[in-house]
Amino acid sequence: MCKTWKSPGGIFSVITLFLVSGAVFADYALNLPEPVSPLTGQIYDLHMLTTRIAFYIMVAVIGIVVYAMFKFRKSKGYEADQNMHRNMFGVWGWILVPVIVLGIDMSIAGSASSTLAQVEDYSDADVTVKVTGSQWKWTYEYMDDGVKVVSNLKKLEPTDELYLRDVDNPLVLPVGKRVRFLHTATDVLHAWWVPEIVYKKDSIPGYINETWTRITKEGTYRGQCAENCGTGHAYMPIVVEAVSEEKYNDWIHGQKLAMAKASAEASSDKVWSRDELVARGEKVYTTNCVACHQASGEGIPNVFPALKGGKIATGPVADHLNIVINGKSGTAMAAWKAQLNDLEIAAVITYERNAWGNNTGEVVQPADVKAAK
Amino acid sequence: MSTAEMAHEADHHGPPKGWKRWVFSTNHKDIGTMYLIFALVMLFLGGAMAMVIRAELYMPGLQIVDPDTYNNLVTNHALIMVFGLVMPAAAGMANWMIPMMIGAPDMALPRLNNLSFWLLPAAGTMLVLSMLIGFIPGTGQQVNTGWTLYPPLSIQAGMGMDMLIFTIHLLGISSILASINIVTTILNMRAPGMTLMKMPLFVWAWLFTGLLLIVIMPVLAGGVTMLLFDRHFGTAFFDAAGGGDPVLFQHLFWFFGHPEVYVLLLPSIGVLGLIIPTFSRKPLFGYKPLVWFMGILFALGLVVWAHHQYTVGMSLGAVTYFMIGTILISIPVGLMIFNFIFTMWRGSLTFETPMLFAIAIILMFSFAGVTGVMLAVVPADLQYHDTYFVVAHFHYALVPGAVFGLYAGVFYWLPKWTGHMYDEKLGKIFFWWTTIAFNITFFPQHFSGLAGMPRRIVDYSIQFTEFNVVSSLGAFAFGLSHLLFLYIIIKTIRGGKEATNKPWEGAQVGTPGLEWDLSSPPPFHSFTTPPAIK
Ligand code: HEC
Ligand SMILES: [Cu+2]
Ligand SMILES: [Cu+2]
Repeated sequence: MCKTWKSPGGIFSVITLFLVSGAVFADYALNLPEPVSPLTGQIYDLHMLTTRIAFYIMVAVIGIVVYAMFKFRKSKGYEADQNMHRNMFGVWGWILVPVIVLGIDMSIAGSASSTLAQVEDYSDADVTVKVTGSQWKWTYEYMDDGVKVVSNLKKLEPTDELYLRDVDNPLVLPVGKRVRFLHTATDVLHAWWVPEIVYKKDSIPGYINETWTRITKEGTYRGQCAENCGTGHAYMPIVVEAVSEEKYNDWIHGQKLAMAKASAEASSDKVWSRDELVARGEKVYTTNCVACHQASGEGIPNVFPALKGGKIATGPVADHLNIVINGKSGTAMAAWKAQLNDLEIAAVITYERNAWGNNTGEVVQPADVKAAK
Repeated sequence: MSTAEMAHEADHHGPPKGWKRWVFSTNHKDIGTMYLIFALVMLFLGGAMAMVIRAELYMPGLQIVDPDTYNNLVTNHALIMVFGLVMPAAAGMANWMIPMMIGAPDMALPRLNNLSFWLLPAAGTMLVLSMLIGFIPGTGQQVNTGWTLYPPLSIQAGMGMDMLIFTIHLLGISSILASINIVTTILNMRAPGMTLMKMPLFVWAWLFTGLLLIVIMPVLAGGVTMLLFDRHFGTAFFDAAGGGDPVLFQHLFWFFGHPEVYVLLLPSIGVLGLIIPTFSRKPLFGYKPLVWFMGILFALGLVVWAHHQYTVGMSLGAVTYFMIGTILISIPVGLMIFNFIFTMWRGSLTFETPMLFAIAIILMFSFAGVTGVMLAVVPADLQYHDTYFVVAHFHYALVPGAVFGLYAGVFYWLPKWTGHMYDEKLGKIFFWWTTIAFNITFFPQHFSGLAGMPRRIVDYSIQFTEFNVVSSLGAFAFGLSHLLFLYIIIKTIRGGKEATNKPWEGAQVGTPGLEWDLSSPPPFHSFTTPPAIK
């Protein structure tokens, strides 16, 4: 065996190798992304402080150990000092070391506390967004404007630069305004996290957690769900478009108009044709149901039932209405009555009963949904 | 069986022959051996799962397993390594060494010892079945929660989760019984003159470990039982819709989970406390302080659990308390490292395989310590939490801190156990191979974590590719190195240079070292009359 590998100094060379490898990988993201809000900026500085302390401590520990390994070797004829633990250092070291460590600890905790107070500062915000995690999509509700956006993964190939990072509808936010996020979930735990603009707090069913930010730079920021939420956990990306206040107001206005139109349509007494409902239903299905029941309607064996030829999707309409409206507790199948309007529920049910060779030919009207509720 | 009867037996016959020797065994060494073999089997099982995980993560996209199978593998990998590898291996060493170290004929409760071991294969089988059952149609969703089993996700899972809950019950009973036995042995079976403050450090480490297990295992068992009730009997302990609280489970889990880390670490620290003086030929720099620090670690460890849950939305006061408590742990741990380093200082060092492991552990465990302090800082943790930075941190803590410590113990004691010296050259090759591969695997994960890669994802975006390729290649080399480990162990059992009673020159420096007065391998019944303590 080669001599250098046998020597304990090998340990040291390996470690330096890794420190050097940092430089080799300089092109790739190595650190927390560059913060674009005052609070993530403070956290970034705190992170760099502890990283630096960690680095110096490691240099000291490695230095002392390596020195000892070369200096005090038996092969060099070094005799052990059997009384070392009784000398001055042996007695006072036990006081000295804790005092030094305590000093470092307290200075870290001290610099953390002002940032922590900022994190827990719940003063008024200009924009409040309720962020709801569900298996496996995000719903954003602008609390002051009544605007609601559902955000789903955009399916791309694993070679695409934005693979698993892009969504159909991003969250649009104004720069320079204080934005408050209220986090909750409908089914299991999730965590909404966009490292550049805001740290994470968990989305928990039955809880409302609060985070906040003030974005300083326009741009597109990406993140993803950080708390394991089951099968689709890797498929819950987050995209935030930070725009100027003007653009933001225009966007909100546009959303309001579109929503008013949709709800007028849904509450009208119009009787819809099958083709109209199927076409709308397909859209509802792709935004809300594909994550589990799949585009093919075949689901995932043992996890999500197939709707293609399914007992309920081809059985009595009442059962179908019931499960979509009320969901099934203790399973991933949510109650959709609060999330979809009557027209959307009618459309998706009609779609499911007529797609993938489920040729029931039946049509479910918004009025049927209203009656079933 | 009384001590007198046992002595009588030893006079007349050796171990019983055939399978009865093992199935009905009440002998601490035979049971110790079975524990160690069980741990070795689990090491390869859990390791194989890690290989599948790293193969899947080698490239973006889904290649080998589907998302639920992936997270089921992640769950089982953790549970197998924690409950199947580290705890049984440490218990095996306790069984083998503690009676010899304190001058006892056997464990205090030999039949209980038999029971606590034989519960393990049952639990292990159930654990593997909990994974396999998911592939049978009609059994519901696989266990895809990760080892933390957080509800509501664990409520959604299928029958595998119920089997997992019963597995945890069995494991809990096994380790509580083993702990009671070990604590009783240490407190009652010491030879005259073997005062508490003369006990080898490994014995002290196990005394704290045993007490800790007795405190925490019932809490985990209670938590998972509540989960079982929520799943099947209509309770709503963890269901907000029924007035329960999903976060309550996290508190119960981590009240167990944080001290569990010390359960995994302490026995290995005990092993280091013997190896470092041996190969430095110099007594521990501070024996008494080290005992005290383990005590402080024991106490502090029980009151800092919520640092795993900074993101659940606790009050400012609560997170501040948990942050300061956690950072303070650096004091006993720092003193421990200080103690080990200054045991080497002005010693007369040689670098046999156990010592190489010990030195590498000091360095890598220090590194886990400093990333641990980084993680303890609440605002920063709100960024690190649930990313690969955490994965890298705890693998640096647990692989060197617990697993490598046990490897060091294996090399240190193999001559005593088998009567043969292991092949020093192969031992050193294994050390370098496994240590380098370990670092290649886990060091890059700090970076992918900071760059934003979350834990427990089966698939990732292409920005994380480079680090994952390096990690996976390192992991394959790491996995492969264990075949050499197995080969060395088998080779040593089958033959090799004969070991003297005390194969390590410095083994009795500063400690009574009774185990080194016995032959290698030791007689079937260790001490039939109490030995004299020097
Ligand atoms: C998070 C995953 C998920 C999403 C999203 C989801 N479902 Fe389901 N769905 C399930 C599960 C799980 C079941 C099975 C419940 C059970 O155990 O009976 C189910 C059952 C059903 C069934 C009954 C199937 C049968 O034959 O038993 C219908 C119909 C259905 N879902 C329709 C929908 C519609 C419509 C949507 C979209 C608006 C939707 N689901 C979205 C998970 C989901
Ligand atoms: Cu999620
Ligand atoms: Cu912890």
